[in-house]
Amino acid sequence: MLCEIVDHHGGEATSLLQVLIDVQMRFRCVPAGVMTFLAEILHLPRTQIQAVVEFYSFLSVTSTGRFDVRFSDSVTDQLLGSRDLATRLCQRLGVKLGETRADDAVSVHLTSCTGLSDQGPAALVNGQVLTRLDGDRIVQMADFIDQEIDLDAWPKAWFRVEDQVQLEGLLLAEELPLGACLERAGTLDAVGIISEIDRSGLRGRGGAGFKTAVKWRFCYEGAEGTLPGDPSITRYVVCNADEGEPGTFKDRVLLSRNAHDVFEGMTVCARAIGALRGFLYLRGEYRYLLDTLLKVLEARRSRGLLGRNILGVEGFDFNIEIHLGAGAYICGEESALIESLEGKPGHPRNRPPYPVTHGYLGQPTVVNNVETFVAAARIMAFGADWFLSEGTAQSTGTKMLSVSGDCERPGIYEVPFGTPVSVVMHRCGADDPMGVQVGGPSGTFIGKAEFERILGFEDLSTGGSMMVFSQARDVVAIARGFTHFFAHESCGFCTPCRVGTSLLRQLIDKIAEGHGTPHDLVEMTQLAAIVKNASHCGLGQTAANPLMQTLERFPERYQERLKTTLFEPGFDLDGALEVSRQMTGRADANAHLTQVG
Amino acid sequence: MLTIDGVALSFEAGQTLMEAATAAGVYLPHLCHHPEFKPHGSCKLCTVKVNGRFASACTLPAAEGQEVLSETLELRQLRVRITQMLFVEGNHFCPSCEQSGDCKLQATAYALGMLDSHFPHFFPARRVDASHPDILLDLDRCILCELCVRASRDMDGKSVFGIAGRGMESHLVVDAESGALVDTVIEVSDRAVKICPVGAILIKRTAYEKPIGQRLYDHHPIQAVLLQADQGGGSCDQ
Ligand SMILES: Cc1cc2nc3c(=O)[nH]c(=O)nc-3n(C[C@H](O)[C@H](O)[C@H](O)COP(=O)(O)O)c2cc1C
Ligand code: SF4
Ligand code: SF4
Ligand code: FES
Repeated sequence: MLCEIVDHHGGEATSLLQVLIDVQMRFRCVPAGVMTFLAEILHLPRTQIQAVVEFYSFLSVTSTGRFDVRFSDSVTDQLLGSRDLATRLCQRLGVKLGETRADDAVSVHLTSCTGLSDQGPAALVNGQVLTRLDGDRIVQMADFIDQEIDLDAWPKAWFRVEDQVQLEGLLLAEELPLGACLERAGTLDAVGIISEIDRSGLRGRGGAGFKTAVKWRFCYEGAEGTLPGDPSITRYVVCNADEGEPGTFKDRVLLSRNAHDVFEGMTVCARAIGALRGFLYLRGEYRYLLDTLLKVLEARRSRGLLGRNILGVEGFDFNIEIHLGAGAYICGEESALIESLEGKPGHPRNRPPYPVTHGYLGQPTVVNNVETFVAAARIMAFGADWFLSEGTAQSTGTKMLSVSGDCERPGIYEVPFGTPVSVVMHRCGADDPMGVQVGGPSGTFIGKAEFERILGFEDLSTGGSMMVFSQARDVVAIARGFTHFFAHESCGFCTPCRVGTSLLRQLIDKIAEGHGTPHDLVEMTQLAAIVKNASHCGLGQTAANPLMQTLERFPERYQERLKTTLFEPGFDLDGALEVSRQMTGRADANAHLTQVG
Repeated sequence: MLTIDGVALSFEAGQTLMEAATAAGVYLPHLCHHPEFKPHGSCKLCTVKVNGRFASACTLPAAEGQEVLSETLELRQLRVRITQMLFVEGNHFCPSCEQSGDCKLQATAYALGMLDSHFPHFFPARRVDASHPDILLDLDRCILCELCVRASRDMDGKSVFGIAGRGMESHLVVDAESGALVDTVIEVSDRAVKICPVGAILIKRTAYEKPIGQRLYDHHPIQAVLLQADQGGGSCDQ
């Protein structure tokens, strides 16, 4: 059976993660003996296999249950009561959270945002998606699990995922006729395609906003000392469908309703840079989309839109494979993603060199977000002017927003860049919110006073996540949740992020639980700066954002949690004695020091 | 030409900032960097500011006109904090450690003027592997620099070591189903055995050949030792 799995994935070392995902599905874990066996037949060090198994959340050394339930633990799921539902399921089933029941029937875990914030509380059961969970469903679910009723026999409605497109803009409103953009691309050479994309001003939709045309051109030109477009150099196109930023789900919607456009965009890019092979890196949480996506690829092959001589154009050859992720936010970072594609743990690489010259297997590689490819396909088909008709000078076109949290109409909103946050709030029915997390935990938390700020690279740059929080919400608890997320998702490669995010977690826990002192706030601020400045990649560099941004905007919410509301920068003697007081159980006057301020 | 703290130095094409600095006799603190290995860039002790931006000197290519800051208050403080993180993350009981005085982590802490561990200790539960007849693994002390991983893979051609896990769960593993060092192909003559900057990989029955007090860093600051060694003047490995 193992050999079958290995053969199915081509038997290359790069397929390791794909093989392990299948092994996990079959055996509910990756047994030690299997690791040894795989090391032999894939000619890999066993240490690499163990490293991969222990890196990804969805792989495990110990056995998960026959029903493996993972509750999405995004802040928006939490607001909808997900933690409570998880506890109730555990109680009914007599299993501890994070563990497997003694009879191996069930295991229950929390997992990072599953990309269903607009229809939570959500969970995964054996990789299938459950949406809109509630108390009744939990009760029934527990019965189904105890009676070992197959997932196929669970109510279909539980697995329903809706697109919830609330507002269509340039991209979503216009139908893209199949192959339309490839017909145009087929008539153009690299320079022609890249200059059209360039004229459109398209910038990456994954968050960072790098100019797409520049990225494609760098990849086309290749590493120093090679000739631009040299056909003897292997190049790759990678679509980043890792969508791990909590609160974002627009890529999921694009993959389910516009899959052709995504592949079309990748194919245009392949034409421009001269790539023969492409990958869609699909996060493990979206595994339920895999079969449909494979069918779309098959359909494209049979229509001549993929494969050899695309649309009859001699030498226009391109193929796309789908690789699954396995629960690791860091794999959305492009160089970690490439490591993962190569079958390794997702550790971000040292840069330079950048993926455009040294990417997958060291070859020039373009990594773009799902939405970027959808936009590129349409720009090819409808022209740069069409795209330029919306947006601002620096941020052309539209942006798809994933709106969730405290609002009446969560879902997808496609708005022109330059739209103020207030307009989105009005549209989604968020009445007088306390604040919005724009761009997910790694983005920007803005308070009410900033709602006239605009969405765009010149102001609020965003990958599209928008989590709305009402006045009733506790901003410290929100920032604490995000801090836990980063500590959990830190890849562990570099010291400041690996240790620093855990230290930040300890500090915010202490403060949120009412044991903090003014000194802890000073300490937190200093530590935040170090984690931000010294970390290796974007994860560590932004991990302290939620704490710092909410502290800046709502200092009183932090101060009211502190042991003394007196805020004095510097060392607080009495506060520092708190730990000793707790340990010795003393609260008498002699256990306190009064500081003369 | 580039400058480090205002002092101009020349460099050769292809050199990293660390290499250029070392060649010019400027010490930049480092733990995961070793001149014989491909730069790794994980400890972040070599963090400097280049033209106003933070960067790792061991991985950044030296380039014309770079204005590098190293010995500023901000960067010194940052390095002390990172060193303290390494201390609290593991279990470092220096007074009872065989490596005391020969340890690069300890010596770096002295060089940086670190006086306490500042952060609360994590006190993780980590393994000691004494299975091998000649080699001892004490993972309490591992700082995840991956030098042994690189040495075993790139020099010994064995891949005896690897880092598994994620985040704070990251830990050193060995190439054996049993997880025991004795079941790997490691030999005491391997480069990987002698490369560890701390006391996590030790050769048995040699620990106290040199008494504490007469060891390398007991008498020579790490700045001088590493500059000399990294410039090719002999090894400072175990
Ligand atoms: C920690 C981290 C996570 C990321 N996650 C994603 C992601 O899930 N999807 C994505 O498209 N980009 C993500 N990015 C950005 C990518 O590194 C990369 O910039 C992007 O895929 C480039 O595509 P674009 O230019 O089309 O935006 C992430 C970056 C970091 C640092
Ligand atoms: S910043 Fe965090 S996620 Fe990025 S390399 Fe360092 S440890 Fe890994
Ligand atoms: S055992 Fe030593 S050499 Fe290996 S990673 Fe740990 S500290 Fe580095
Ligand atoms: S020496 Fe540069 S990161 Fe370790």
